[in-house]
Amino acid sequence: MTNIIERRIELKAPVSRVWRALTDHREFGQWFRVKLEGPFVPGEVSRGQITYPGYEHIKWEAIVQKMEPERLFSFTWHPYAIDPDVDYSAEPATLVEFRLEPKGGGTLLTVTETGFDAIPKDRQFEAYRMNEAGWTEQLQNIDRHVKRTA
Amino acid sequence: MSSARPREREIERRAVVFAALGDETRLSLVGKLSKGTPQSISELARGSPLTRQAITKHLRVLEGARLVGSVRVGRESLFELRPEPLKEIQSYLERVSEQWDHALARLKSFVEE
Repeated sequence: MTNIIERRIELKAPVSRVWRALTDHREFGQWFRVKLEGPFVPGEVSRGQITYPGYEHIKWEAIVQKMEPERLFSFTWHPYAIDPDVDYSAEPATLVEFRLEPKGGGTLLTVTETGFDAIPKDRQFEAYRMNEAGWTEQLQNIDRHVKRTA
Repeated sequence: MSSARPREREIERRAVVFAALGDETRLSLVGKLSKGTPQSISELARGSPLTRQAITKHLRVLEGARLVGSVRVGRESLFELRPEPLKEIQSYLERVSEQWDHALARLKSFVEE
C-alpha cells in the first residue's frame, strides 16, 4: 500500500511525439477517451465528456497545472470520479504528473498521482519529499499487519 | 433514499482516512500500533518528544477515521489498530492504478502506431 501511484512505461516514439499525444487536447482525447472542449492551458479548467464505452455520461474536469514542453505535463482532478450522481468535491483533488525523458530514441514516461491525503496544495511537494522515507517504512509495517490480520 | 448517498459517505470517509494518515506523527502512531499489541498513551508517548496531550489529540483523529479503536483494561485505555480502513483505501488505490494501466496501454498503441 502506498499513498502515491507511480507508473513507468517505455514508448517506442520520440519525446516530441509523446508530448503531442499528451498535450494536444484532441490527441489526448483519442487515447484517454474523452472529448475535450478546448486546448489545455496552464491555470485553466479543462472540461469535456468521457467517450469510453459505457461511461459516456461522465464529465471530465481537470485544472491544468504545468506544461513544460517535452518534459512535464500536469493537472489536478478528482480521480475515479465515475458516478455522475456523486459530488466529488468532498474528495481530495489529486495531482497527476506526466514526466518525459528521452531514452534510446524512444521515451521513458513516468506518471505519478499524488495528494490522496488532501494536504494543502502549497505544501504538497515539500511534504511528500519529507515524508517519503517515513511513508515507505511505516507502510511496510502497516502492510504486514494488514496481511497478518486479513 | 438516493442511491448516491452511501457512495458520498464512502468518499468522505476515504478522504478522512487519507487526511488522518497524511501526518507524520499519526503515521508513526499507526506504525507503532501496527505491531499488533494494544498500547496505552504512556507506551505510545515513550521515546517521543510529544506530550501525552498531543498524542491523545492525534489518537482522536485516528479514531475519527476509524483507524484506531480503544479498549478498556482496568483503569487504562489501550489503543489498537483497526486495519479495515487501510484495506479500503488500498483497494481504492488499486482501482485507480488499474485505470492508469489501461489508459497508458492505449497511449502506447496510440504513439507507436
